[in-house]
Amino acid sequence: MFLAEVVGTIVSPVQIPVLEGRKLLLLRPVTPEGKPTGKTRIGIDRAQAGVGDRVLVIDEGNSGRQLLGDPKAAVKTIVVGVVDYVERDGRYTYDHTQESPR
Amino acid sequence: MYLARVIGRVVATQRYAGLEGVPLQLIQPLDEHGAPMGDSLVATAVLSTGPGDLVHFVDGREAALACPENFVPVDAAIIGFVEQAQSGSRDLAELAEGLH
Amino acid sequence: MLIGKVVGSVVATRKDEKMMNQKFLLVQVHDQNNKPKDQYVVAVDAVGAGHEDMVLYASGSSARQTSITDGKPCDAVIMAVVDSWDLGGNNIYEKWES
Repeated sequence: MFLAEVVGTIVSPVQIPVLEGRKLLLLRPVTPEGKPTGKTRIGIDRAQAGVGDRVLVIDEGNSGRQLLGDPKAAVKTIVVGVVDYVERDGRYTYDHTQESPR
Repeated sequence: MYLARVIGRVVATQRYAGLEGVPLQLIQPLDEHGAPMGDSLVATAVLSTGPGDLVHFVDGREAALACPENFVPVDAAIIGFVEQAQSGSRDLAELAEGLH
Repeated sequence: MLIGKVVGSVVATRKDEKMMNQKFLLVQVHDQNNKPKDQYVVAVDAVGAGHEDMVLYASGSSARQTSITDGKPCDAVIMAVVDSWDLGGNNIYEKWES
């Protein structure tokens, strides 16, 4: 799993059946400090996340199929949580409770 | 899963059994600004997408699950047509249309 | 999948028994404009590709999803021979033009 920031939303009217009705988010992976890292991805939202949220993302097929309860789902990237805070070496690198709401 | 733009089409008649009739398209992955991200690749296209379209795709073994036959050697598959990709205040779908 | 050109083959007589009965081809990766890249891969042939053919190969665990690579150690498999491709409407490669 990795940390990411939700940077956008995706509207996809034509897609494979397993994705129908699911909310897709544009995700930019970030370091614990919030710096962009790695490739931008599209993930299925399972945590009622929105633009600006720091989220926890799982990017592995078997996990994705478990989360959607479909053994044949052609999916990989799932937003599984909205992060409250991130702690590294005893110090908060991200604390949602301290940030001003967007 | 990644955002990409369809940039071309590939024709290949001699192919692995189970992949007959599955369209193959060249795609260029894009970042959250709509800029190219990494190298282009070839993906199966089970939806009616074509050059210029903004799409999203899945890589790895999961890609085969989006094909008519699931036990096939496919590592990238287009799984959705993107109508709107709101990133900040911009719609990347409009940006992609302006590029070709 | 990536596009590549079959530039040779690899033979290894002494090898793990799980690697028997597979044809290994040396593939040079080409970009979308058919420019060769300084990137090579040894792939198992699942379609009967020949020397100088342009091919598509699949990587990772997808490469094991063929009847000849199923359950075998394999991370790249040639799954199609390319006839042609176009880029933004322009023909880039045509197998039968010459």
